[in-house]
This record gives sequence, structure tokens and C-alpha cells, in this order.
Amino acid sequence: MTDFSSLTLTEVLTGLKAKDFTAVELADATVAAADSAQGALNAFTMIDGERARDMAKASDAKIARGEGGALEGAPIAIKDLFAVRGVTTTASSNILAGFKPEYESTVTQQLWDQGAVFFAKTSMDEFAMGSSNETANTGPVINPWRAKGSDEKLVPGGSSGGSATALSAGISYGATGTDTGGSIRQPAAFTGLVGVKPTYGRCSRWGVVAFASSLDHPGPFAKTVKDSALLTQVMSGHDPKDSTSYPGAVPDWASAVGKSVKGLRIGVPREYRMDGMPGEIETLWSQGVEWLKAAGCEIVDISLPMTKYALPAYYIIAPAEASSNLARYDGMRFGARVEGEDLIDTYEKTRGAGFGDEVQRRILIGTYVLSAGYYDAYYLKALKVRRKIYEDFNEAFEKVDAILTPTTPSAAFAIGSKANADPIEMYLNDIFTVTANIAGVPAMSVPAGLDANGLPLGLQVITRALDEETMFKVGAAIEDSASFKAKPEKWW
Amino acid sequence: MSVTKDEVRRIAGLARIKEPSDRLDALTDELNGILNWVEMLDEVDVEDVEPMTTAAPTKLPLREDVVTDGGKRDAILKNAPRSEEGFFVVPKSVE
Repeated sequence: MTDFSSLTLTEVLTGLKAKDFTAVELADATVAAADSAQGALNAFTMIDGERARDMAKASDAKIARGEGGALEGAPIAIKDLFAVRGVTTTASSNILAGFKPEYESTVTQQLWDQGAVFFAKTSMDEFAMGSSNETANTGPVINPWRAKGSDEKLVPGGSSGGSATALSAGISYGATGTDTGGSIRQPAAFTGLVGVKPTYGRCSRWGVVAFASSLDHPGPFAKTVKDSALLTQVMSGHDPKDSTSYPGAVPDWASAVGKSVKGLRIGVPREYRMDGMPGEIETLWSQGVEWLKAAGCEIVDISLPMTKYALPAYYIIAPAEASSNLARYDGMRFGARVEGEDLIDTYEKTRGAGFGDEVQRRILIGTYVLSAGYYDAYYLKALKVRRKIYEDFNEAFEKVDAILTPTTPSAAFAIGSKANADPIEMYLNDIFTVTANIAGVPAMSVPAGLDANGLPLGLQVITRALDEETMFKVGAAIEDSASFKAKPEKWW
Repeated sequence: MSVTKDEVRRIAGLARIKEPSDRLDALTDELNGILNWVEMLDEVDVEDVEPMTTAAPTKLPLREDVVTDGGKRDAILKNAPRSEEGFFVVPKSVE
């Protein structure tokens, strides 16, 4: 029997087409792997073997007729932020306990239209607020990776930690995530995967539980850059149901992978050299620069002077939007309700019981910065700083075609290790990723090496808005040079 | 700027979240930590800078003002915590 767990999406699709195995065999093996890992890794909020089998059967029938879409028969894990019709969709929050949408998100619909097979929803930080997947109402997700010679449990990163864990444990062949401040790229870096945040508006937000609408970006996790390009392609496209959806055509990104990067100008922003950053990250970054130089790129020192203001601006804008978006959870029309003495009491009890600590913290911050007397000092100020960050990128992209940075300031950390820390310490995880959300430009993380403890580290490639093609080309060049083949040793 | 415990109570009221009485001290400290940290933005000169509300620099699209969806009462009620005879059942909201 084929060991499916080590196959990439492209390999799985080739095998299905060649009838080396059937979609049903693949789906059954995927569901069995998910079931057997769930106790140790806690990556899923639900697993649906029956639906997987039904969809796989339909795929097998299509493949037998010589038909089928771009992902025909491939199991794809879905972050619990995406509405899937008839399947519990909770955003890992008690306030949405038992919620089964009667509609399908545009992104998942596009996956199913191309033949992808649903088998599970993945855990996440509650409402996508977090960088460690420790705030999920179903408990922390465990990273399949462990430090050499240690059995200490590590976080997979967040907020899309369940998706990253599932894929890196070999349980899926692609996974969806959402990235509001780094929630795809940071977990991808922590688990040795490729993670893509396309340009704002490429992937429809319709049917995706909203966190901060102007910063939320759906995107994929994949094992290789080519797989990630294919998934981004399928997930992208204009959607009239999302007023910020980009109306232009989706290019063939998968075919960009492997094209020469010769002559591309790569910017190295000096502000990303942070105090206290581990030497290994610095070394890996320099290594990345050398790889791209060897591939024929021209390296340019650039400055993004607003970098250090991106996180503070984010922690005004994102909570402000969240406090507004999350106002809909009032226990009246859907989700959980805690009955109180009157209407207001019912609202307050419902929201007090339904939202976890971190979500409440952010709603309170957001409510405060939008409240009378503070709006100008905080919210309006942050929006102005946002434009300055955006202009930083515009200026940089006059001189360079892509920007290379580390994805995260550290490798995966231990579960609970930041529990007593100041919330800001957790927020700093997104220091290198959040700028691309603020500016809306495409960015991806590519696994590039291991640290001294044997834990994966990622490099980030950022390009101009709508120029995913260059991002995938540069990402593939790094992948080629790094030839990152490491996998977590199976202990689960 | 910093917030007092009373202000945290007031903000929780505005956000319709039950007063977090057992965590009020800790929460006040955490919020002040975050508010002090974001004050870093005061270093930035934003004179004459237009606020940026979206990274999608396009006009919001308009469409014909016609009904494109509807007739889904039962589907909409399906997730209601309480419903009766085709209606949501909610606490009394008008005196």
C-alpha cells in the first residue's frame, strides 16, 4: 500500500490520474490518519469520514470518465473559519457552538468545484486571534515537530495552527488558512510548510468568519511552492458577493514556478534586523540572500522605516474592526445564548460566556479606540500610519521586484511558555508578517532550514500588489536552493 | 493615556460583555500595557496624511437594485437558539 503521508499534492494528483490508487483509498487513509492523530495533536474540530468517502467516490467516477478538476480527489483540510454547508463552523469559539451554516464560503466552493475532497475542519485560535493556537475552545493544538532529544510539546503557531499541524503531520495534501497579521505564514514557518497570503482581494472573504475585514486574507498551506501556487490559483478569483474582491483574471501561477529569477532585484530591508533576534535567523536570512544571488538576482539594501510602527497600528485597527464585526454575536439569531433577566442582560451574559479571554481583550481595546473622545487619537492616527507603511512599500518597489525577510523572529516555542507573559510578547511573533497585511501586498513563507534544535525556520518573500507570479518564482528559487526535505519524526 | 477600572467597566458595558469582575484588575493592567505600547505611534508625523481604510484601492461596486436572494426563512431560522412558528424568539425588547 502506498504511504500517502509523504506525498505532495502534485504527486497525489498524478497518482490519482494514473489510477495508481483511488480517491476513496486516499480519503479513507486520510481520515484514518486524522482519527489516529487527533488524540495527540488535537488539530481538528471535526472529522467527517462519510462526507470524505462520498466526495471521493464522485471524484473516482469523474477520473474514470477522464474528467475532473484541477484538484480532483485530493483531500484538503479546512480551517474552522470557513463556512462549509451543513458542517459545524465555530471559529473555535463557544459562542458559535453547534453553528451549521446553510451556505458555503466562496473559497471552499471553488475547491469543491475543482474536485477537492472535504474530510475535516481544523482548529484555530478563537476567531483567528492568536499566534500559538492556544486560545481555541477545544484546547491547544500540538506541533508535530519537537526539538531534538526533547518531548516537550510545542505550539504550531497560529491562528491557523490546526491546518499547519494536519499538513505537516502528513494528514492532508493542502489546507486553507486565513492571515490577518501572519496567521498563515507564521504557522507555516513553525511547521516546515509553505504558506501563502495573496494580495488583498484575491481570495474572497465571503463565508469566512470575519475578524478584521480590511486585513483578513484567505490563503493556502502546502508542502511545496508548486502546490501552493496551484491552491492559490483555485482559491482566487472575482466574487460579486465580496465588495472588496479583485475583479481581474487569475494568472496561471503554477507555471511560474521554476522559471528563472535571473535579473530580479531583491530588497533586503535593514529594519527587519531586530534586537534580540536569534543568530540562527540572521544566518538563515543571509543564506537566503546568497542563494538568490547565486540564482542571478541582484541584491539591494532597502529601508522600510515605518516597520516598527506596523504592529502598534495593527493592534488598533484589527481590534477596532473586530469589535465591530463581532457585535453580531448576540445570541439572538444563531450561535449560543445564555438567557438573562432581560435583553441587555442576555446579550452580556451570552457574550461574557461565549467569548474567551483574548477575544474579550481585543473587543474591549477595539471598543475603547472607537469610543467618543478616543477615535482621533487612536483609530484615525493608526489609519494614517497605515498609509505611511503602505507608502514605504510603494517606494521600495520602485527599486526592487521582491523583498526577502525572515518569517518569524524565532522557531516554535513551548505550549504555555507565554501564558503568563504580557500579551504584547505574543503579539511580537507577527512583527515581520503584519506589514504585508497592513499594505495588502502578497507574501509567502518558504521553509528554508532547521535551527540548532532541529526546528524549522522560514523565509518570507513579499512582492508588489497583484504580482504573485514573482513571489512564486522567488519562493521556488529559495525552495530549490534550500532543498528542505526534513519532516517531523512520527511520535503521535 | 491609561484606563481605570471604572473605564474598563464602562467599555465592557459598551461592548455588551458581562462585567469581568473576577479579572478586572488584570484586565485593566493588560489594556493599559497595550495602550501604552501603541502610543509609540505618537512618534510618527502624520500631518497631512490621508487615513487608509482599505488595501483595495478600488471604488465599491454598485449593482442593480433588484432582489437576488431570498425565500429562505427556514434555512435562516435553522441556527436560531429559539424559534417558533417561523419567527426568532428573543427577550422582550420594547417596553
